[in-house]
Amino acid sequence: MFKILEKEFLASQVFRYLIEAPDIARKALPGHFVIIRLDEVGERIPITISDTDPATGTLTFFVQAVGKTSLEMSLMNVGDFILDVVGPLGNPSEIDLFGTVVLVGGGFGIAAIHPIARALTQAGNKTISILGAQTKERVILEEEMKNASTEVHVVTDDGSYGTKGRVTNILQLMIEKKEPIDRVIAIGPLVMMKAVADLTRPYGIATLVSLNPIMIDGTGMCGACRVTVGGEMKFACVDGPEFDGHAVDFEGLLNRLKSYVPEETEAKEKYLQDTGGACPHVETSRAT
Amino acid sequence: MDKKAQPKGNKKPRTPAPEQNPEERKKNFKEVSLGYSPAMAQLEASRCIQCKKPKCMIGCPVRVAIPDFIKQVAEGDFLEAARIIKESNALPAVTGRVCPQEDQCEKHCVIGIKGEPLAIGKLERFVADYERLYREVDVVEIEPSTGKKIAIIGAGPAGLAAAGDLAKWGHEVVIFEALHKPGGVLFYGIPEFRLPKEILEAELDYLKRLGVKIKVNYVIGKIKSLDELMNEDSFDAVFIGTGAGLPYFLDIPGENLNGVYSANEFLTRINLMHAWEFPVFDTPIHNHKTFAVIGGGNTALDAARTALRLPTTEKVMLLYRRSREELPARLEEIEHAEAEGIEFQFLVSPLEVKGAKGWVSEIVCQKMELGELDASGRKHPHPVKEGPFSLKADAVIIALGSGVNPLIAKSASDLKMDTQGHIELADPDINLTSRPGVFAGGDIVTGAATVISAMGAGKSAALGIHRYVMEIKT
Repeated sequence: MFKILEKEFLASQVFRYLIEAPDIARKALPGHFVIIRLDEVGERIPITISDTDPATGTLTFFVQAVGKTSLEMSLMNVGDFILDVVGPLGNPSEIDLFGTVVLVGGGFGIAAIHPIARALTQAGNKTISILGAQTKERVILEEEMKNASTEVHVVTDDGSYGTKGRVTNILQLMIEKKEPIDRVIAIGPLVMMKAVADLTRPYGIATLVSLNPIMIDGTGMCGACRVTVGGEMKFACVDGPEFDGHAVDFEGLLNRLKSYVPEETEAKEKYLQDTGGACPHVETSRAT
Repeated sequence: MDKKAQPKGNKKPRTPAPEQNPEERKKNFKEVSLGYSPAMAQLEASRCIQCKKPKCMIGCPVRVAIPDFIKQVAEGDFLEAARIIKESNALPAVTGRVCPQEDQCEKHCVIGIKGEPLAIGKLERFVADYERLYREVDVVEIEPSTGKKIAIIGAGPAGLAAAGDLAKWGHEVVIFEALHKPGGVLFYGIPEFRLPKEILEAELDYLKRLGVKIKVNYVIGKIKSLDELMNEDSFDAVFIGTGAGLPYFLDIPGENLNGVYSANEFLTRINLMHAWEFPVFDTPIHNHKTFAVIGGGNTALDAARTALRLPTTEKVMLLYRRSREELPARLEEIEHAEAEGIEFQFLVSPLEVKGAKGWVSEIVCQKMELGELDASGRKHPHPVKEGPFSLKADAVIIALGSGVNPLIAKSASDLKMDTQGHIELADPDINLTSRPGVFAGGDIVTGAATVISAMGAGKSAALGIHRYVMEIKT
């Protein structure tokens, strides 16, 4: 049982949780994830660890309330318990002195890229973070990212905040201005990560993407998270979650991510009905 | 009466155990075999001729005192029979169900030479079930505390068997399990209709009554290293029983299509996550109609028979590249599957999974024929002249076994592995690894094998650990 010590509503659908998990907090590094299960009938879902405090034995993660389990979490409160939290899983991000690193965070992916940005900055890199979101209120952790990076750019699809456009527009400009870029790390929606990888490929800029496929055990046993990288089958849980963006078969992964959409919708609709619209911070249907 | 005229025990036919009707059972997840009644058990036990040098015991990886417990069953003292079994086997209700007895104890049974061997497995199961119902709280005698701490990594058959013995000998035993439920393959792999979870839970309760502590959600290699267990948490010895790992795929086109599962994923969704009870349980499984299961081992049969029990399933085919004779699965399971209507397609090798709109639609196969014996001692399959053919299916389950899980190895560089990543033993008699105080057994050492051989390894490791902590490390 893992106690929720803090819960904060950030932006539409996004919540921050501080969880008591001393053993995991002692070992987790940027890039690691946990798998959680809320209760006896719950599913196992992977969540990126965003911060840890070994001294107080706590870890921070963010949840975007879009499916049944995350909606259920959005209704949990401080003092409640999560039945299972297992981790730290996956391989941590490679933290070293690379020179200039561009960190691209798309939407909810900003929460996952934040600890990596901070660690890379501490390691002496020049870190340029590009934060992208649909609209102003969905730009999360801007202050934290400013503290964690050398430089921050914000873009929104609708231009309601920062530059209007896509994260790739900013990256494109940087490349055109011949700014030296030693490495790009992109975390966000698959289409965004694919667009970033497609952009940097012709320039041969090392580009890492963090994949979040369907997972069950998270320790290499089930093979649900398999993804083709450079023509080889890899398991995101034990070989990843970060991979060479230029080698990832995004199309295949996009298809596999769709595999449970009807069931996910069914579970979500049922949950919303059962709880009678008790999820105040959640849009029940997508705007666009 | 003339001695010769007396009907000898071994001339009597084997007592059949009642089973759920195939037409009924293929629609439910309840146990297939219903087990002996006390009268049936006594009748069957009376066939044992009580050999002076019992060969059945040679065939048992954990050396259960078979004739002794059988004698007690024949005499109607079922609880004494249970006590005898539990001296060497902490999980008899499990092994009585899942052991391949026909290749072990029953294979060596002397009355099997001229007639049918004694139904040792069914009797073990009966005794364990009887004891569970009528003597819930009793445990075997536990020796005084030694003050030694033993860590066991993995709550599967190897780890549980080791834990049972070590706890009996007075050691403090902590099992670390990666999943949220203990049992390993007994929980996530073997389906309810072969091993009801309730029975596994009861066996686990028994271990807890022996004083064994089980810590779930604890992935050793990630949350703690081997060094930390031994140096910081002061465990005197460690047993690694992490089992098989990454599932093998076929390396053919189309394996990433939706509707293709490893047997591990498919069975885990059902057994561990209750996907067949979606949406009451959160984890879903698709409503497939036609399954093609690839493989011929017990896991392939478990997957096929599980698929058959899902409400929307119309047909389940099992594709195997050799013939029925070479199927590695247990005969009893093969017969059960046939009776339930699994369509076996022998001498068939898959070439490609084809899809429509990202989902499986058919599987392209090559017909094979058997040739000369290969390295495994089985006839090697070759493609026949005729070209490939197609089978319609909307789901494919790949049950070809699994490789090694890399997590422990990654965190313990000083542990010797073979080229495939299996842990090498420095002393196989006591399952000692290259590192003092670290023992290993089960699939992580041997590659995919049976539950009972893992339990056997767990027990010999337990003996090695006991000697190590009592004699060497003092």
